[in-house]
Amino acid sequence: MRIGVFICHCGSNIAGTVDCESVVEIASGFPEVVFATDSMYTCSEPGQDGIISAIHEHNLDGVVVASCTPRMHEPTFRRAVERAGLNRYMFEMANIREHVSWIGKDKEHNTRKSADLVLMAVEKLRRNRPLVAKSFETVKRVLVIGGGVAGIQAALDCADGGIDVVMVERDQSIGGKMAKLDKTFPTIDCSSCVLGPKMVDIAQHDKITLHTCAEIESVSGYVGNFSVTIRRRATYVDWTRCTGCGICTEKCPSKRSPDTFNEFMGTTTSINIPFPQAIPKKAAINPDTCMKLQKGKCGICAKVCPVGCIDYEQQDELINVDVGAIVVATGYDLFDWHKYPQYGEGRYPDVITALQYERLLSASGPTGGHIKRPSDGKEPKNVVFIQCVGSRDRSVDRPYCSGFCCMYTAKQAILTKDHIPDSQSFVFYMDIRAPGKGYDEFTRRAMEEYGAQYVRGRVAMIYPKGDRLIVRGADTLAGTQVEVPADLVVLATGVEAAQGAVKLGETLRVVPDQYGFFVESHPKLKPVETNTAGVYLAGACQGPKDIPTSVGQGSAAAAKALGLLSKAQLESDPAVSKVNLSRCVGCQKCISTCPFGAIKAVTDRFGNLKAEVIETVCQGCGICTVTCPQGAIQLEHFTDNQILAEVNALCPPKMYVNFE
Amino acid sequence: MSAEDVRELRIVGFLCNWCSYGGADTAGVARFTQPTDLRIIRVPCSGRIDPLFVARALLNGADGVLVSGCHPRDCHYAEGNFYARRRLEMLKRFLPITGIDERRFEYTWVSASEGQRWQHVVTEFTRRIHELGPAPSFNPSSAEEWANLALHEATKGETCPCHGA
Amino acid sequence: MAKIAYYPGCSGQSTSLEYDLSTRAVCRTLGLELVDLEDWSCCGSTPAHTVNHVLSAALSARNLALAEQQGMDMVTTPCPSCLSNLRTAAHKMEDASFREQANALLDTPCTKNVQTQSVLQILSEQVDPETIRAKVVKPLKGLKVACYYGCIMSRPPELMQFDHHENPMAMDKLMELLGAEVVPYPLKVECCGASYGVPRVDIVTKLSGKLLDAGRELEADAFVTACPLCQMNLDMRQGQINSALKENFRIPVFYYTQLLGYALGIDDKELGFKKLCVNPRPVFDKLKEAAQAS
Repeated sequence: MRIGVFICHCGSNIAGTVDCESVVEIASGFPEVVFATDSMYTCSEPGQDGIISAIHEHNLDGVVVASCTPRMHEPTFRRAVERAGLNRYMFEMANIREHVSWIGKDKEHNTRKSADLVLMAVEKLRRNRPLVAKSFETVKRVLVIGGGVAGIQAALDCADGGIDVVMVERDQSIGGKMAKLDKTFPTIDCSSCVLGPKMVDIAQHDKITLHTCAEIESVSGYVGNFSVTIRRRATYVDWTRCTGCGICTEKCPSKRSPDTFNEFMGTTTSINIPFPQAIPKKAAINPDTCMKLQKGKCGICAKVCPVGCIDYEQQDELINVDVGAIVVATGYDLFDWHKYPQYGEGRYPDVITALQYERLLSASGPTGGHIKRPSDGKEPKNVVFIQCVGSRDRSVDRPYCSGFCCMYTAKQAILTKDHIPDSQSFVFYMDIRAPGKGYDEFTRRAMEEYGAQYVRGRVAMIYPKGDRLIVRGADTLAGTQVEVPADLVVLATGVEAAQGAVKLGETLRVVPDQYGFFVESHPKLKPVETNTAGVYLAGACQGPKDIPTSVGQGSAAAAKALGLLSKAQLESDPAVSKVNLSRCVGCQKCISTCPFGAIKAVTDRFGNLKAEVIETVCQGCGICTVTCPQGAIQLEHFTDNQILAEVNALCPPKMYVNFE
Repeated sequence: MSAEDVRELRIVGFLCNWCSYGGADTAGVARFTQPTDLRIIRVPCSGRIDPLFVARALLNGADGVLVSGCHPRDCHYAEGNFYARRRLEMLKRFLPITGIDERRFEYTWVSASEGQRWQHVVTEFTRRIHELGPAPSFNPSSAEEWANLALHEATKGETCPCHGA
Repeated sequence: MAKIAYYPGCSGQSTSLEYDLSTRAVCRTLGLELVDLEDWSCCGSTPAHTVNHVLSAALSARNLALAEQQGMDMVTTPCPSCLSNLRTAAHKMEDASFREQANALLDTPCTKNVQTQSVLQILSEQVDPETIRAKVVKPLKGLKVACYYGCIMSRPPELMQFDHHENPMAMDKLMELLGAEVVPYPLKVECCGASYGVPRVDIVTKLSGKLLDAGRELEADAFVTACPLCQMNLDMRQGQINSALKENFRIPVFYYTQLLGYALGIDDKELGFKKLCVNPRPVFDKLKEAAQAS
């Protein structure tokens, strides 16, 4: 074999702490290495051309590049060697950036370590063989999980692109957090007026199937061929017949159901349609508060329903669907502000969250759009907003910025003045973060045109005095303590990962970060992809996002899904398991351990039982290779011999005594 | 432990591609300083790691072997790390029987986002291996060395009460 | 119940004599055996740790070392300031090099960590509430009290590890056991001005005035405190507050042990009501009235 080695400087990223010339020199002496060189940026066009011309000039049949992580540029270099006429698997990478130059400054140690890593790659490459991909069919259907604005956008884009979409939403209606908002920043346009038509489009699009009150039960399969089970919770109403007339909700005598749509500002009926624009506009019964389901008494809704669609016996339903790609758009939840003892832990009814305030502002809200404070229904004059409640605060394990709270606080200060002209807003803030288009101007308007008083500092305590609340905090600009009497205190609660995100991540094999937000494939260049092929992210499930960014990501995820499924066939990774038939004894252990059912039992022409790998189903994990007592089934590109060659490269057997 | 003031030891790492290798990348991107002793072998899944790879590394003279995969239930291949956990736990209990100090081998779980955790794991494991010092050789390069090793092992048991008078 | 070393603190010998007296009487009645720490010395109070952390720790550690020598593994003190110093010293001495420095100042080094707890914590956690309820002979029925804990009884939470650090309830629960009506006092852990009473009395009159005002608004008949300095600022300086703020507060300020002792039927002489500056007579009148009515 004739191997070429290319050591990348990565500007000064590697060369700063690794003596690249020495590594070249050492690598020249490695077995079967006929050419070694270094270059400034190997991944650049001249860098890749250098590889290609070296392959031609030196008649190379294998290439090692020592540069960044293979998770970054392995595909790039594989394409380069392919352009030079080599098989793309005749290539190995040594990670001397993330694993060497960036984690230590000792040049001598780093240089030695780099040389070791190159030797490992060379030893492995010597045992590589050309592999050729197989093609397989895909299911032309996309699953969108989550019916907030990001999911809605992704679903509509996919459906408009001509692909079937299945949307799954946990709540009774789609719309997500945006449906609860009164107005949106920085244009102060009505939230439901812009979202409403899109929600209707979801319901009416002939390519979209919508399941609400539904969650993902299980997912199996792989890119292009996922098989999904959806659990639809019993709603106790036959939705094929329910017309959404609402008579049942008027007559229901049980009014103890928590009103989740209005953010628990009050209660609602047990049989309920969450809001007038709900999609689908169907009633559902809350089994926890329904007197018929709890005690067997009542049954009024069944009596009054004009179409007879109430069904107290309804059970959860499991729906199976095959899809080719999955868009995750599960959104976010609000930080539980009760973790801050200084805000009263719920003892003061006039301390509310910004989303609750949004419901007070909304004409469809519990107060009909009149700002009335919860304790006594009075109109507040002094409204104090506290920002960063559960953002940028390590003491509550939320060190990240939730991003859009500065903006909605400014919006609510403006709306407060619109609703109550003689009111005064105070905003306690840490820093104003308004980097979007028109955003900074918007916060300026809140201060200058609408007279919101911005106080830079944290609030130390809220306590009652008479029928008001005293908000005490620091004014760090004036260097003094301030006390503001408030009729209503609105907390800009931060964003955290949606409840259940971690569990869904396990089902989808998408990793959440330490705060439960899903990790994208690359923070810069693959913002909507995940490490599981065919699964894409949209919206705040990946991290806090405002509406325009969520919509943008919804479209981006849709573009990725459409791109994937626009190919007639997908190529499978040929690094899959392969059975050596002469070694296989037909014990079938590999069949029982394979998580993907990718190995089947066959009989050879002598009637002996043998294992056979279904190449397009195999995902290349290699569990079977370790399981096989005969070493008969080997994962291509990661065979026992290849891995042992790397071990031996690091710890050379001196072999006075042969353990074989 | 800064490896700079002492001789480097030979530590072999087996990392799954999806979580721990990514975690090590994350640590690198964040410039979390780590000792330089460890060399990482990338495998698709911790379920691909044959316990005999670990044994081979230790017999060949590795001073320590560190295996890391996705957290249980987070496996990219659904259940590979469950297999890994059983196999590696078995190996860990079996090592002393072969005469290898089981503290020279460790397995752990690090996700792709846990750069800081990876730094901690590497630093702690390297510290442990440095405390243990270089591994006794099972890998003699000459007849003389082999004879010494054999003699040492044979006489080691003499003080043991069950050795017989 | 095990013997507990008792550290009265300097103020217990002077300004808060009645706190010390009533604490001893209440513990005796409830079967808690307090053993005076022999040869105890000042914890260093506020001045020590503002000057030198090692010296401050050594002053407190001397007392912990004494407890160790006298075979005690638990020290209790009624004063939150003493407690704070004892705990801080124990915490800092977990660091070996700091421990060495502090021990170098001591004749007998402090080697092991003796536990320290406030009397309030011991009464709340080690005495069965039912025992207290059963021993109440003069219930505080009809009395509205505001419980005021002060800054440091439960803070910093990492160090004190007792009760809720923003909304403590230990005294509230004790007072409810005695039959009193506890008002939802919002300023439980607000600062009274502490030792600023000496250099800047205007700060104390402002801060303590606010505390009294909040109590009056909730129609509290009396304040209940657990800290000698808080009690002094609210009680002894109430006149100063009145003249500075042009107010007319007349709210008696008790130590919780005094009201506990009263309810348990302990003789007035052992509870030191005479030491209070604001006359507590109206409170007792109200209690007697309520007792007669029922």
